[in-house]
Amino acid sequence: MIFNLIPSTLRMTTPIGYAALGGIYSERSGIINIALEGMMLMGAYGYVIGAHASGSAWIGLTVGVGLGVIISLLHAVATITFHAEQIVTGIAINILALGITEYLIPTTQRVPGLPIIGAFSILVYLLPIMMIVSQVFIYKTPWGLRLRASGESTEALKTLSLSRSKWQYFGVIMSGILAGIGGCFLVSDVHIFTKGIIGGRGYVALAAVIFGNWRPLYGIAACLFFGFASSLDLIDLWNIPDQFLKILPYILTMVVLAGLVGRSRPPAALGKMKS
Amino acid sequence: MPPVLAICGFFLLCGIVLIIRGQNAFEFYKIIFLSGFSNFDEFGSVLFNATPLIFTGLAVAIGYKAGLFNIGCEGQLYIAAFAAAWVGIHIKLPSVILIPLCLCAAVFAGAIWGGVPGILKAKFGAHEVINTIMMNFIALAITNFLVTSVYREPGQMIPHTSPISESAQLPRLAGALFFIPESNLLNASFIIACICVIFTYILLKYTRWGYELRLVGNAPDVAEYGGINPRVVTVWVMALSGAIAGLAGVADVMGYRYRFADSFSSGWGFTGIAVALLGRNHPFGVFAAALLFGLLNKVALDIELFLNVPRGLFLVGQGILIIWLVCQDGITKRKA
Repeated sequence: MIFNLIPSTLRMTTPIGYAALGGIYSERSGIINIALEGMMLMGAYGYVIGAHASGSAWIGLTVGVGLGVIISLLHAVATITFHAEQIVTGIAINILALGITEYLIPTTQRVPGLPIIGAFSILVYLLPIMMIVSQVFIYKTPWGLRLRASGESTEALKTLSLSRSKWQYFGVIMSGILAGIGGCFLVSDVHIFTKGIIGGRGYVALAAVIFGNWRPLYGIAACLFFGFASSLDLIDLWNIPDQFLKILPYILTMVVLAGLVGRSRPPAALGKMKS
Repeated sequence: MPPVLAICGFFLLCGIVLIIRGQNAFEFYKIIFLSGFSNFDEFGSVLFNATPLIFTGLAVAIGYKAGLFNIGCEGQLYIAAFAAAWVGIHIKLPSVILIPLCLCAAVFAGAIWGGVPGILKAKFGAHEVINTIMMNFIALAITNFLVTSVYREPGQMIPHTSPISESAQLPRLAGALFFIPESNLLNASFIIACICVIFTYILLKYTRWGYELRLVGNAPDVAEYGGINPRVVTVWVMALSGAIAGLAGVADVMGYRYRFADSFSSGWGFTGIAVALLGRNHPFGVFAAALLFGLLNKVALDIELFLNVPRGLFLVGQGILIIWLVCQDGITKRKA
């Protein structure tokens, strides 16, 4: 049974892991991102278009990430340049992404998947590398310091005559890239695009961002835990209805956010555009 | 003025997309007009489609006035719908008592589902947006569990409950309004929606609670200095918002399907955000915006049928419309 659990945990963790890392970049820069769901959907959509048209999984990945970036740019321009309400923009992007995939339904044919090394897709192995790179970048480099400063205070970067907008654009675009990769993984894994392919994973990733206290290491740990929990329902262990395991991430996030167990502290200037 | 401009922009955009697809844009506008306003039957259907959106739009608007974001309408309406269905199935009483009882159950359930994030915010400072999102999924999972495992109609493959008793059904308006044909789905939930619009208007404009609500939304510090406890306001506003959102579930269970069906809402909770935004968070504005979105929801079907245009077009338009409006808000706020 354990032999089944580990692969399915990793397959569940990978897409939300990428999206969660993306969410961390965006929220660390001070921009609320509840559009991870839509960004993942655009990634998945781009993958299937690219891979179908070219027959190459790598082109699929490129197009997927490209569409993720484009939709994240929309979020960035609206929230950073025009100071639009970040939560509403995020929801609008989720609606928009849903509309685009429904309007231009991509192919229903099977598409090639990304190369598999051993038992898993290459993206599974890339995730821990991405996690470590992000952790080091955010906490050990001057750029990471600036990214965090942008999320902690509306004025800090200005006093150093640095641009806060620049770092916020960076954060949001990173979230588009990473959530896009997460979406690509989902299609690459099952070789086919369906309308509900993301299935709320963007919101699970958001939960993982909060549960992981806006840190890459903890965020991925949260994803592993959520991934493990949702693998259990595949195996149907103790006759617990799967609905109850599915809501576990959401309940835990609410508990942590309330500070009942542990404490989750968002970046101080998250969602604030003016001091 | 901006909302009107945005709507014009929206229709223009749809037309341009159709021309790019090589289709006749005039045909599109003609179908929209005919399918919405050619006779009372069609118009009644627009009102029917608008009913749940009036509720969710009002719910979002009330929260917004107090500086709170209720993204959880979807979850609140599911829980409330289930509560109404449960009472409607299990309790056998005459309509006069049963209908109010079902409504109370729904309002109560919605208020709890909206109130919990309110309490969490007031007591622990937890952001209501995250909590309402999380509670959407929790509500969906719980009702999904109940309707598939516990209360599924015996011998049915489709996950829905047994029908509610006849005395719990809201009457259709066709009988009362002679010009609407018998087959029209418009029902008493629309009247409830109108009452809610007026109730919200009076509450916001003429009552002490409305004043407190607006003050907490506009200037929480002033409110606190004036002896208003923002935490208390947060809790009751979220509960009220959830209660109104819950009535959207009632419109479906007691006014249309007469049973609880799994995943019956087509994103009404989220469309409510667009409705509130377009309606400028004013009750009458919300009413008008809900009519527009009701029209779009109704027309989407005809467009798909006659012009072979997928309904995703309207979702794209809706997304762009929302972004347009919030950008405009952002610009005006920045200038101020």
